[in-house]
Amino acid sequence: MEENYPKLYLYKRIVHAKLFIDIHFSEDIDLNNIADEACFSKFHFIRLFKTIYGKTPHQYLTRVRIENSKELLQNETSVTETCLNVGFDSISSFTALFKKYTKLCPSEYQQQFERRKEQITNTPLQFIPNCFAEQKGWNTE
Amino acid sequence: MITKLNHVSIFVLNQDSAYEFYVNKLGFKVHTDAPMGPRMRWLTVCPPEQPDLEITLMPIEDGMMFKDGAAEQMRELVKKGTFGFGVFECNDLNATYEELKLKGVVFKKPPSKEFYGYEALFIDDSGNWFSLGHKK
Repeated sequence: MEENYPKLYLYKRIVHAKLFIDIHFSEDIDLNNIADEACFSKFHFIRLFKTIYGKTPHQYLTRVRIENSKELLQNETSVTETCLNVGFDSISSFTALFKKYTKLCPSEYQQQFERRKEQITNTPLQFIPNCFAEQKGWNTE
Repeated sequence: MITKLNHVSIFVLNQDSAYEFYVNKLGFKVHTDAPMGPRMRWLTVCPPEQPDLEITLMPIEDGMMFKDGAAEQMRELVKKGTFGFGVFECNDLNATYEELKLKGVVFKKPPSKEFYGYEALFIDDSGNWFSLGHKK
């Protein structure tokens, strides 16, 4: 256990940095500050972060912002408001990054989600395997 | 020829609490959340990088699935930690272990080297246990 201590300690600092991004993604995050707080040089921090999460901190931050923007769009937040609420500076960069990750523009994603939501509400059994619907007594038609 | 698994069920004591555990602690995505009448809900989630595997969070309730007291028996078995429902994979076991512990996930076993690989065991909010490993 003792010989693992330095490695575990490093893990804890990187995990805290990741959780910091998870919580503060909508703010103007300076990755240099995160590296400082985690007591790493910027280069060392980026290298360790990428080793653990497969993405640089900046790539991870973008991913978190996109995932959170999906949730806002699902809750009928406008594209402009979503863009600003998750920390992007401009609609054009938000739209481009959103499309890169999801293959859809934010407005298309929102429309697609709304259509699916409506289908789930109107015809839920389309989304439930029949064996389960029968066992639950939902398939009464 | 069977080509893939697209639904798997985890029996849970409470769907709302399971939602909190799987979505807010483990970081799974909601796939389908369909209200099916009073106190009934079809809820499936999926691991973030496996959107085509729906994990049904199936409440254990009296009804056609559990008859003649079977629901109560099943609830007791789940609470006792009888069932291990699967093996999850992560990018890095040590980091995921640290993060999930911070989020309040209970581990039966910390990351340990076994002859078959590196694994940890955690339990969900109902008592179901899972193995967690990585490919490094």
